[in-house]
Order: sequence, then structure tokens, then C-alpha cells
Amino acid sequence: MLAAGLLALSAGSSAATDGYAAIDGGTFRSVLPAGPGIEQVDVAPFRLAKTPVTNAQFLAFVQKHPQWRRDRVAGLFADQSYLQSWANPVVPGAGAPADAPVVQVSWFAASAYCESVEARLPTWYEWEYAAAADETRTDARSDPAFRARMLSWYARTADTPAAVGKGPVNAYGVFDLHALVWEWVSDFNALMVSTDSRDQGEDPDLLKFCGAGAITMQDKENYAVLMRIAMLSSLQGAYTTANLGFRCARDGDEP
Amino acid sequence: MSKLYRHLALSLLCAALLAGCGGTETDTAQVKIAAAGPSEQHPAAIGGDFGPPQGEPVHAVLTSPPNVPPPTGRDHPAKVIVELEVIEQEMEISEGVKYTFWTFGGTVPGSFIRVRQGDTVEFHLKNNPSSKMPHNIDLHGVTGPGGGAASSFTAPGHASQFTFKALNQGLYIYHCATAPVGMHIANGMYGLILVEPPEGMQPVDKEYYVVQGDFYTVGKYREKGLQPFDMQKAIDENPTYVLFNGSEGALVGNHAIKANVGETVRLYVGNGGPNLVSSFHVIGEIFDRVRYEGGTHYQENVQTTLIPAGGAAITEFHVDVPGSYVLVDHSIFRAFNKGALAILKVDGPEDKTIYSGKEVDSVYLGDKAADLAAVTVATEAAASGEMTLEQQIKAGAALYNGTCSVCHQDNGAGLPDVFPPLAGSDFLMADPKRAIGIVLNGLSGPVTVNGVSFNSVMPPMSQLNDDEVANILTFVMNSWGNKATAVSAADVSAVRSNTQRTEGAAH
Repeated sequence: MLAAGLLALSAGSSAATDGYAAIDGGTFRSVLPAGPGIEQVDVAPFRLAKTPVTNAQFLAFVQKHPQWRRDRVAGLFADQSYLQSWANPVVPGAGAPADAPVVQVSWFAASAYCESVEARLPTWYEWEYAAAADETRTDARSDPAFRARMLSWYARTADTPAAVGKGPVNAYGVFDLHALVWEWVSDFNALMVSTDSRDQGEDPDLLKFCGAGAITMQDKENYAVLMRIAMLSSLQGAYTTANLGFRCARDGDEP
Repeated sequence: MSKLYRHLALSLLCAALLAGCGGTETDTAQVKIAAAGPSEQHPAAIGGDFGPPQGEPVHAVLTSPPNVPPPTGRDHPAKVIVELEVIEQEMEISEGVKYTFWTFGGTVPGSFIRVRQGDTVEFHLKNNPSSKMPHNIDLHGVTGPGGGAASSFTAPGHASQFTFKALNQGLYIYHCATAPVGMHIANGMYGLILVEPPEGMQPVDKEYYVVQGDFYTVGKYREKGLQPFDMQKAIDENPTYVLFNGSEGALVGNHAIKANVGETVRLYVGNGGPNLVSSFHVIGEIFDRVRYEGGTHYQENVQTTLIPAGGAAITEFHVDVPGSYVLVDHSIFRAFNKGALAILKVDGPEDKTIYSGKEVDSVYLGDKAADLAAVTVATEAAASGEMTLEQQIKAGAALYNGTCSVCHQDNGAGLPDVFPPLAGSDFLMADPKRAIGIVLNGLSGPVTVNGVSFNSVMPPMSQLNDDEVANILTFVMNSWGNKATAVSAADVSAVRSNTQRTEGAAH
């Protein structure tokens, strides 16, 4: 427990990477329309964690809420690879550095974590809205170089994720939305399965095997985002994967 | 045959099997009818359900390219379990060039799957925990929406299962259909599944597995290092590499496929695409048979067979002569500038009656050969001692053109003040022996021709043999108003032997 405590303390903390970035809401064109003929999406002001949740932060959570330890979690809420990169249920160890994003966490566990810090998972639209920004622009999506940067991460084989907060910070003050890990969103399973966007008289299976992309994607050139949607749509709430983490969000009027 | 249970009722083959992700699916539902008469003679020619699987479940033997699993060897439908794992990994695409391939089974193309028509295939798709991407599989040999894609969509570190009945025999591509489909295919996610006819494939000596694919990298062809995928090049259909079995080195050198003289070779050839259509050809061979498009019918005596992206063909040929046979996409710049080359090495005894090897290696002069026909005639006549003045003049004229006419001009008039005339030349006609000497040894310094002084240089023409010099001089001394007796090769030879060869003269 002492070692665990040290790990928690050693998690990098600075004003730049701690806490939440305030993001003004707005209207934007999502790659996934909200429904037939509805091109614009309204995003209310919200606050988004500047970095993904780290192993150290998640360790503190499972210590406080032992029902989320990998040896105690209910099978309904996390599959067999939940936190398997950790050395043991309460020690992340060398395979999961304290300042690296926690991965192999289920949607249920991620949701519980955010609830424990009086936050929630961001919605897809919130995530997409924040992730449209590069270092200087709030919407860099039409820049081929910006897209290429995202794709270049996809083109590399998976490895242990690097520390959070080291990449470029975007125009909202948020780190690591691209090129570090996939991230859970609260409504991941609505992207393909139950939103209006797929209710277009199409065969639902056809839509599903195409990852919903080609039919409902408004912006067919934005492959990088399409692939993230494909990834999210392959998941179920209990699933965990080696490159999937999360960050929390809060409503705009919360501190 | 009486055991065959067949759905004679209409069975609908949903066109969604072939539909991609375009969303504009044409609903050309195809009706298949097993006609009673012909179906008895050609039972394998149409889709068929031979009833429930019999016996214990069988685990399919999967092989890495270029190897092909052994025949199923079964005379009844079985339940066949296929376990295929998706692995994302860096591999060499060309020497010193790495690429992150997404693979079915760790190879490009993916593992070869071999089942029998009527088999019930229980398919397990596993996505390795180290994968970044979700994947699925659309097998073109599946009858059902998406070819299995929807049922096999699998997150990293997870597995999916679905079951299909292999109703149609043939050779089929399988591929990943996860969005963006093109990128998953461009990264190597394709392979072949063979659905054997009920009676099995006719035995051959060698079977190999080859799949063409096009690849799109940010760096140029053979630019070293890890090369990322280039989406724009893929959209533009402008590949950096066009390859057999996923690498420039896949089927050459020590990795060449092999056969022996006298054997029959069968190639199961697929084209994964994502974009290009292949003009598949084996240099130096003729396909005895091609089951084009991987279907039931075959064409015979084929030089080049077209293999569409997302299609396949079964080619067979007998190898008669040893040597290296080069598999190419005969859209030929792909072969020699983008890597679409593979080697079939055939060992065994030569058969000179079929192919001699090089028998003659001679100079070929193209257009000049026709011009020099007169020279040939003269040479032959000289050899037989029956050469006429006329033949000599004709031969000389042909040689004059291109040797002498450059300076002395076609009409023998020369160029004023530079090159003296030959036509009506007193200098030339005064002394044939001197003329022979000038041709052999050249001439420099002042001369007076028809009262005009020239002072330039003529190089020695000692590359000409005695016959040629004799013919040229006979021509010039009997043209443009000149008139003289023939110059013989013996005359030239005499002068040649009496004169010192000029230092550094051409030979």
C-alpha cells in the first residue's frame, strides 16, 4: 500500500494538465448527423478533463472503491482482460506507468470513476467538438495535415501508451485527444445502434458492418474520426482493450 | 448422387453478399434453380445444400502463403471449424522498408482456408489483444448479408463466431470490411477460401497460393524506413507498390515457388485490391486451363487472365522446360516499377525439342538490312566467281550510302572548297590504285581536282573489307558520268598489303 501511495503521489501534477478545461458550447457540423437532414449539432458549454485518467488516478479509485478491483469486479461490468496490464489488483507496476493513461477499463468502470469524482463521461458530440481543435484553431478538421497526424497514429502498431500531458495542447487547453489512446464516451453504443442517424430505412446489419460510416457520415473525408467511431461501435459496455482509456467531463455550470 | 439432398426450391442469394459500403445496393436478387436434368450431369455447377453436417466436427487446416492446405478428402458434408486471428504488425514491404500490416493470421494474404461444398463452417474470428483496431471478415464464399461482416465485427482482444453453409463451390476472396473498408484492405486484410466441388479438385503435382494487392505509402517506392499509409494516394488509385503476397521479396530468391519438369502446377490466384484489376500472366508459360473468376467454367490455352479486385482465378499449367518463370501483372509498369513480380523456379532436364535456348546470336541491322541486300548478292556472286559489273555497282552503291556520301554527297559532287567531287573527277580516274590507297589509308593535305585545290582530311576507311572497297570504287568509277573497268577485291588486297597501316586507324 505504501508503494501504491507513492505512485499516486508521483502522478504528474501541474496547473497545465490538472483539472478541466472550460469549453464554450456552440453549433458545429458533426461527422455523424443527428438525424436525416439535421446537419448541425448543438453542444452546450461543458468542461473536459485536460488529460485522460492515469493509472495512478485509477489506482486511487480502486483503493477507495474495491468493488472495482480486477479481482472483485462483477463479470457483468468488466471482461476478463480488465486491468490485466497491472502487476496485481492494487499495483499497476512497470507495465502500467503511473503517469500513463489507464487502459483495459470497461465503460462501466470508467463511468463509475467519473461519478466518484463528481463528473461524467463526455458525450460523443462533446468529445468530437473538443477534438476538432488543433493547437491554434478550434476547428482544424479541414486541414489535411491535421487529418494526416491522426492517421499516422493509426498506422503504428499498438504499444504501451506514453505519459499523459506530453503531447501538444489544443486551443481549448486539452491534451491527448489524438494519438495516445481511444477514449470511452458516454453514448458510445448509441452511435450505431439506436440513434436516429441510422433510422433511414437501411438494413441495420449493413449499417453495422460498415461501421455506420459510409452511409451516415457527412464528412466522408474525415477517415480518422470515422475509424474512431468504428472502434467505439465495436465495443460493449463490459469490453476492455489495450488501447482504450477515458477522461471525464462536467457540465459547463459546474466548477 | 442419390444421397445428395438438394433444395430444389428457389433459394435466394441476397445481393448484399457483394454489396460494399456504398449504400446504393442494387437489389438484384438472384434466383437459383437447380434444373433437374442438367444438374444430374453437372451437380457441382450450381449452389447446393447437401444436408446437415455428418460425423465429428473437423478443424480446418489453415496455411500461410504460398502454401495450400491438403484436399479435404471427404465425400460428405461436415462441420468445419475455422479459427482465424487478426494481427496488426510491422513487416517488410520491400528491402529496408517497413509497413504496418493488418493481417488475417499474421501474413499477407491471410491464411488459406479450404472446405468442401456443402460444409457447415463455424467461423471464429479473434482480434489479437495488441490490436488497435476493430476488424471483421466478409467472405465472398458466404451466402448471407455482408458475407459475415456484421456477425464478425470484433473489438481488440475479443472474438466472434458465426456459422455459414458453403453452398457454392469456387475460389473466393475474403477481406475485412470495417470502415474505412479500403484502408483495411490496403493494409493487407484479405485472403482466399477454396470451396472444393463435392468430387474434390483434380489432383495436380503442385498447388500454390498467390494474391496480388496494391499498397499506398507516404514515401516513394523503396524509400527506406517505416512508411505510413497514404489515404490520398489510395483515393487517387495511385499505388506505391503492387505486390504478390504482400512483399517485394515474398516469392523471389529463396522464397520462389518451385516445380519440376513434367509436373502440373495449379496456382490459386486472388486479387485483394483494394483498387487495381490484375492482368495476371506467367512469362514463358501458357495456362492450359483457367477457371476464370474462380468459378466453375474454364478457358483453355490462356496467356493472360484478368482478375478483378475482390476476385480470383484458378490457373493450371504443365511445366515442360526448366528455368525461372516470372509471375507478373502484365500491366507491366506495375511489375518492373512497383514490385508485381514473383518467380516460379522449374528444375529438371532440358528439352531442346520444345525450347532450344539461344541458337544464334548475330547483329541485326534493321532497315539497313534491306539496303544491303545488294551487298549480300555481290558477296555470294564473288564467292562463286560469277559476279557481274552490274552486281558490283549495286553493292557499291549501297555501301557508298552512309559511308562516303556524308562528305562526297549522294550525287558525288562533293562540297565546294571542302570535299572534292568524285563525279567527273580527273584525280580519281587517273589512278585506280591511288584511289584504293586513299580509301584504305585516308588522305590529308592539298590536292588538285579538276583544277581546283582542296586541303582537308579524309579518315582511313580501313574498316571496309577488300570486297567492300572494290565494290565502292567500282560504283564511284562507273557513276555520274565516270566510266572504268571493275575494281576487284584482289586489287584492293594487293594495295592493302603494300601499304603501311596508318597509326590509330579505325579497324
